[in-house]
Amino acid sequence: MSKNRIKISIGERIFDVFNVVFLFALMVVCLYPMLYVLFASLSNGVQLMRHIGLLLRPAGFSLSAYEAVARNEMIPTGYVNTIFIVAVGTTVNIFMSALGAYFLARRDQTIGKAAMIFIVITMFFSGGMIPGYLNVRSLGLYNSIWALIFPVALNTFNMIILKTAFMGIPSSLEESAKLDGAGHLTVLFRIFLPLSKATIAVLVLYYGVSHWNSWFNAFMYIQDRALYPLQLVLREILIVNDTNSMLNVSVDVEQIADTIKYAVVIVATVPILVLYPFLQKYFVKGVMIGAVKG
Amino acid sequence: MKDSAAVSNKKRKTYQQLSYWGKVGRDIATNPVLYLMFLPVVLYYILFCYKPMYGALISFMDYVPGIPFWENEWIGFDNFVRFFNDRNFFRLFKNTLVISFSSIIFGFPAPIILALLLNELKSRTYSRVVQTISYMPHFISIVVICGLIRDFTMNTGVITQFLGIFGFPQVTMLGEPSYFVPLYVISGIWQEIGYGSIIYLAALTNVDQELYEAARIDGANKWKQTIHITFPSITPTIMTMLIMRLGNIMSIGYEKIMLLYNSQIYETSDVISTYVYRVGLLDMDFGYSTAIGLFNSVINLLILLLANKLSYKLTDTGLW
Repeated sequence: MSKNRIKISIGERIFDVFNVVFLFALMVVCLYPMLYVLFASLSNGVQLMRHIGLLLRPAGFSLSAYEAVARNEMIPTGYVNTIFIVAVGTTVNIFMSALGAYFLARRDQTIGKAAMIFIVITMFFSGGMIPGYLNVRSLGLYNSIWALIFPVALNTFNMIILKTAFMGIPSSLEESAKLDGAGHLTVLFRIFLPLSKATIAVLVLYYGVSHWNSWFNAFMYIQDRALYPLQLVLREILIVNDTNSMLNVSVDVEQIADTIKYAVVIVATVPILVLYPFLQKYFVKGVMIGAVKG
Repeated sequence: MKDSAAVSNKKRKTYQQLSYWGKVGRDIATNPVLYLMFLPVVLYYILFCYKPMYGALISFMDYVPGIPFWENEWIGFDNFVRFFNDRNFFRLFKNTLVISFSSIIFGFPAPIILALLLNELKSRTYSRVVQTISYMPHFISIVVICGLIRDFTMNTGVITQFLGIFGFPQVTMLGEPSYFVPLYVISGIWQEIGYGSIIYLAALTNVDQELYEAARIDGANKWKQTIHITFPSITPTIMTMLIMRLGNIMSIGYEKIMLLYNSQIYETSDVISTYVYRVGLLDMDFGYSTAIGLFNSVINLLILLLANKLSYKLTDTGLW
């Protein structure tokens, strides 16, 4: 922002320098933990244990942690389940949001306003954790992968974002399509959705990341270990500290237990971190779209 | 659309003469496909939002799973009274408020300050780099973040060791009740400072640049410009975000707490929602835990309404 062409006072100079330095420190703080994890995962277990303080490069070098992770069967299982949930869940999400947004974007339906109230109420009030749990059980979804998809088939906030996008589409487009004999389904999938690509991209990202990161629903609803999503596997390894029993390996796991943890974190986070720089602009766009609606 | 009204004009009654439900009926008759398309959405809300709300009635019951819903005994407000007399009540209430308010007091201004600092940067590129990197923690899953917090703050963890240079005691921080709230709040700032600043940065780009020109001609320095121009222009955004945040006072991130706490530090870390989980899903005391959850969300709603009203009085902005 070069709005300042007039003389800059000394105080402002000092501030500018401080500002640049401070923000640099912030970047280091945000970035370093992941770097530490990367270095630690590539370290030699024994040397890592002896090392005190920050790591600026791997302490020794060893890939044994990654080998141990590769031998573990739970991580591939978690990956497959999570990929299924992200793919199917997000598809369901977009489909449902589109259907809802298409109806709510219309101004000509008498029941429109009431429908909107019916939906917005749920943003402010819910039955709570336990009734939600009992509901999933009573619907027969308990211990099924669909328990991680159907109860979160729709996010009201995201649907409203899409509704706002639909309302910005000139109604003449819809009218002329109708004159050509197009029905509602055609209008939605052939006209509205293609015209809202940017918003859809944002929603795919929002929904996708939330499926990827979600663990609590699985924690409540999934008993069968074969159905565990990645985050639940991670929880066992990182939180419950179950590296030994997890990894059924005969080598001296004790020595590399810490490095295994870090390797698991890297393996589980890399997809998001690799995609992140490309996706970042969409997230920013999403916040803006949401902000307009308020 | 218009044509549908025109068609219906020829029928017995014109659209305008119909009653509310008559109009709705005619809407459906003219556009059945539209309503069929909306049906899955309605079903979703009924099955996964309204049905659990109805299910929350068990907070007024002596609920026994397995027997038909309506055959459970109604016990009025007994579950709520039981919660007020619960020996954990005070601790839960206190922790919920302390964690929530600390998060707001320290966590809410952080992204605003970051946005203001970014806005003052002369180099666009540098600003973009800072933004990209500071958003990143937001996308790392909460399980991973909590796993790392636990690991880094153990007595042998990297953070504990690093703080040791400054004479900090070498203890496992999550085993000490007094460290929980600071850890929760600081890690929360780390997670959200960058991402939270996006919305304020957006608001800042909409500030009329001529105001700054005028102020500079009047001799206002940067600080005065910030106080008198920048800040007032983003007040509506700040207020909206604050109300939303206040509306969530009682529903703090229990997922994060559940991943961080342990029975040693319940004293400072156990909150109402984590208690609901333990009483409901571990002890299977469904009616009681639902009552606690309901109490929690009713307070939430009241605070939201109050904050919204207050905001209208003070700044003329609000949620609706």
